Amino acid sequence: MNGTVGKSEKRVDAFDKVTGRARYTDDLCDRNALVAKVLHSTIANGVVKAIDTSAAEKIQGVVKIVTCFDVPEYKFPTAGHPWSTDPHHQDVADRLLLTRRVRFYGDDVAAVVAENEIAAAEALRAIQVEYEEFPFVLDAEEAMKPGAPQLHEEYPNNILAHTSIYKGDYDAAIKEPGLIRVEGWYDTPTVQHCHIENHICFAEMEGGRIVITSSTQIPHIVRRIVGQALGIPWGSVRVIKPYIGGGFGNKQDALYEPLCAYLTTQVGGRRVKLDVSREETFVSNRVRHAIRTHIISYVRPDGTFAARKMECFSNQGAYASHGHGIAAKGMGAFPQLYPCDNVQCDAYTVFTNKPVSGAMRGYGIPQAMFAGESHIEDVARALHMDSLAFRRKNMMPVGYVDGFSKNENYSDSLNQCIEKGMEYIGYERKQAEYAKESGPVRHGVGMAIFWYNTAVWPISLESSSCRMVLNQDGSVQLQMGETEIGQGADTAFAQMAAETLGIPFQDVHVISTQDTDITPFGLGAYASRQTYIGGFSIKQTALMMKERILKYAYELTRMPPFELDIVDGNIIRKNDARVLMSLGALATEALYSLSHSEHITAESTYQIKSNAYSFGCSFAEVEVDIPLCKVKLINIVNVHDCGRLINPALAEAQVHGGMSMAIGYGLSEQLLFDEKTGRPLNNNLLDYKLSTMMDHPDIAARFVENYEPTSAFGTKALGEPPACPGAPAIRNAILAATGVAVDRIPITPHVLFARFKEEGLL
Amino acid sequence: MHETQYKLVKCTINGKPVQKMVDVRASLTDMLRNDFSLNSVKKGCEVGECGACNVLIDGECFNSCIYLAIWADGKNIRTLEGLIGPNGELSDIQQAFVDEAAVQCGFCTPGFIMTAVEILESGKEYTRDELRKLLSGHLCRCTGYENILNAVEKTMLRRLGKLHD
Repeated sequence: MNGTVGKSEKRVDAFDKVTGRARYTDDLCDRNALVAKVLHSTIANGVVKAIDTSAAEKIQGVVKIVTCFDVPEYKFPTAGHPWSTDPHHQDVADRLLLTRRVRFYGDDVAAVVAENEIAAAEALRAIQVEYEEFPFVLDAEEAMKPGAPQLHEEYPNNILAHTSIYKGDYDAAIKEPGLIRVEGWYDTPTVQHCHIENHICFAEMEGGRIVITSSTQIPHIVRRIVGQALGIPWGSVRVIKPYIGGGFGNKQDALYEPLCAYLTTQVGGRRVKLDVSREETFVSNRVRHAIRTHIISYVRPDGTFAARKMECFSNQGAYASHGHGIAAKGMGAFPQLYPCDNVQCDAYTVFTNKPVSGAMRGYGIPQAMFAGESHIEDVARALHMDSLAFRRKNMMPVGYVDGFSKNENYSDSLNQCIEKGMEYIGYERKQAEYAKESGPVRHGVGMAIFWYNTAVWPISLESSSCRMVLNQDGSVQLQMGETEIGQGADTAFAQMAAETLGIPFQDVHVISTQDTDITPFGLGAYASRQTYIGGFSIKQTALMMKERILKYAYELTRMPPFELDIVDGNIIRKNDARVLMSLGALATEALYSLSHSEHITAESTYQIKSNAYSFGCSFAEVEVDIPLCKVKLINIVNVHDCGRLINPALAEAQVHGGMSMAIGYGLSEQLLFDEKTGRPLNNNLLDYKLSTMMDHPDIAARFVENYEPTSAFGTKALGEPPACPGAPAIRNAILAATGVAVDRIPITPHVLFARFKEEGLL
Repeated sequence: MHETQYKLVKCTINGKPVQKMVDVRASLTDMLRNDFSLNSVKKGCEVGECGACNVLIDGECFNSCIYLAIWADGKNIRTLEGLIGPNGELSDIQQAFVDEAAVQCGFCTPGFIMTAVEILESGKEYTRDELRKLLSGHLCRCTGYENILNAVEKTMLRRLGKLHD
């Protein structure tokens, strides 16, 4: 142990990123590459009757135009999930490269390849599309009604999936005398990931194969999907993933890689670049599911639950993408976070003529926590009970085991996180102080807890692969299929490798780029899985490598390998800690030895069959100007138990980012659509209100570190959890300040004006 | 079919006088990236909303995506690449971004650092709230801005001799 795990090491990519040397997709593309642009539908539902490309083809510089009438008919799924060899568990294959059957405003109907951007843009404008328009539907519950426009023939009433969790006997339980009934409907908006680098990819042919360089979180999965979409063997596709400018789940789908791959085959294998604009990113990539949740709780006057019911309606948009997984995950949290003997849960995922919803940081939990934690606050109020006391009485106890995931709540994380959060924000003192306010400007503190689990086992495969190569100087190259997308994965991986091998952190050289021809198989960045899952393959591979090194050390030292260790880059004898030789000297000798030459490497895959709870909370303090209907967030803290911290400084930074996303979710962000046409109204960064530095107070991240027993390094999910509890904490703070419960986000002045009027404050 | 028009642009980029024939429609982002391989100039929206393409022109920050390349004629342009010392040493503000964990995906980083340079070169001391306003032209989705603000504030105070490490 040389103690790099747990230390705030500087990011391995920081130097390159602060000097402009880190290469992202566009930086790697030849300036003379052909440029592809996509023509998007200008209707929300219908079919393309005809496309006239004759004028567009005459534009100087246009090389090729393909339309929805030209592309192969291989339907493919896009979700960045591990493939399932069981057809019943495979993702829904409902996409084509370009489509005649248009299902949302912004669907892909044609593509232009040109010598330059201007010619491509001119050609898009010159293409004439004749549509037959159908009525459309934007709301999930409307879409379920009889007679609603139907999006996919195979899914009656537009229901992609409906699943349930039933426990005990709800109908009997609610008959218990003396129960208090609390009911609420909670709405969350369509929002977008807004990574600062839009999705971009370029493709070309090399040796009869297609090589794609892409801004993706999931290179190995994209390779499979491109093979499926083009109807070609998966091995004839090579995907390269360089540094990417954020992803947050949007790039956990195959986006335009399949189309770009197809386009290069249509221009003789020349390099084709497809650079998505910001406006397209908002509409024609993926968005977060807008979910409407209905909760009914029956509570006893002593503050215990008798029965609970929840149903949620998740707006899938036009295609299945990650589909029902999001609503199902949110529903799964409901009976676990506050266990109750009698529960009825129903989750519906419903197609509508809106942009496609996919994965986004939190994967259904930010929606579920807004509904669930708003409702908990409402129940506590109905009981005239302190909401923290009510939570503590009912939330998941230590020792709880979930029947499906087999996750166990090993430690008292929630209470410990709550204590830390209360102390940071001065919860009780401020609550008492603010209760006295009665003027037009009032203050409040509110909080929310959250439930999250790490990785995707047992729903899908969890595995990770790792390769290590020893250099002559005793340093090591580390390759993982798991991807750096800004979160700091490469740095955490290097720390884990260095710690296990016993070499200095600086001696681990992470190969950040994934290349499916070279990099060991890995699934990529999603489900807050990588530190947990990657840890297994790193530890296993490092131990294999260490064994090989020590075995070779025996030849050089004649000391038994089991009496040897590697500490700080030296081979030492354990019993007296004597340094026998440096690892560098050993590596050089091993490579060049005339008696026994060996290139010391190790590579292994670990399949992980466990999962882990990750808990925490958010506390928010707000100032509400009632006449102006304006909320100012003045203080916010998140407290997380993600097990042992691998790198505290990077963990803290990652929490800041998730909190920022939650603040926008609670107060300002929403993608709006014209009810008459289905057209997006604010698909740009000026009108879509992403938080700026002026919209935040100082934000604080705190941790509770309970070692996670199922984990190779004691760590568990932190990527997504920070985005989960912020919005309901802000909502509950506004409720504390004004007495007004707002059941939809974002809580904009428009929403507050209506609510304050209803409640007689205005 | 219209003929593409070109114009000669003579300017200074990162201290070096250069000249280039540019398409009159090209943005300064295009020119810096395509003609000079200054890849720190990032494209996040190309309509002046996100700040990723920010560079210094005669000491003042501009979103280079909405600044025509031909307007750069006679100007002194500085990009992130110009900050590094002759022996590869980082400037104080770059080092602060590293030390404060202000970098995540790194895509907004160059733009932020160049605005920080403008702030620092003013020699003024700003409050934290004033810094928030001065930096608010940059969007970042990874960091929640907290550590970026810390990096800029600390470097400002160090340069003013008010923070001793």
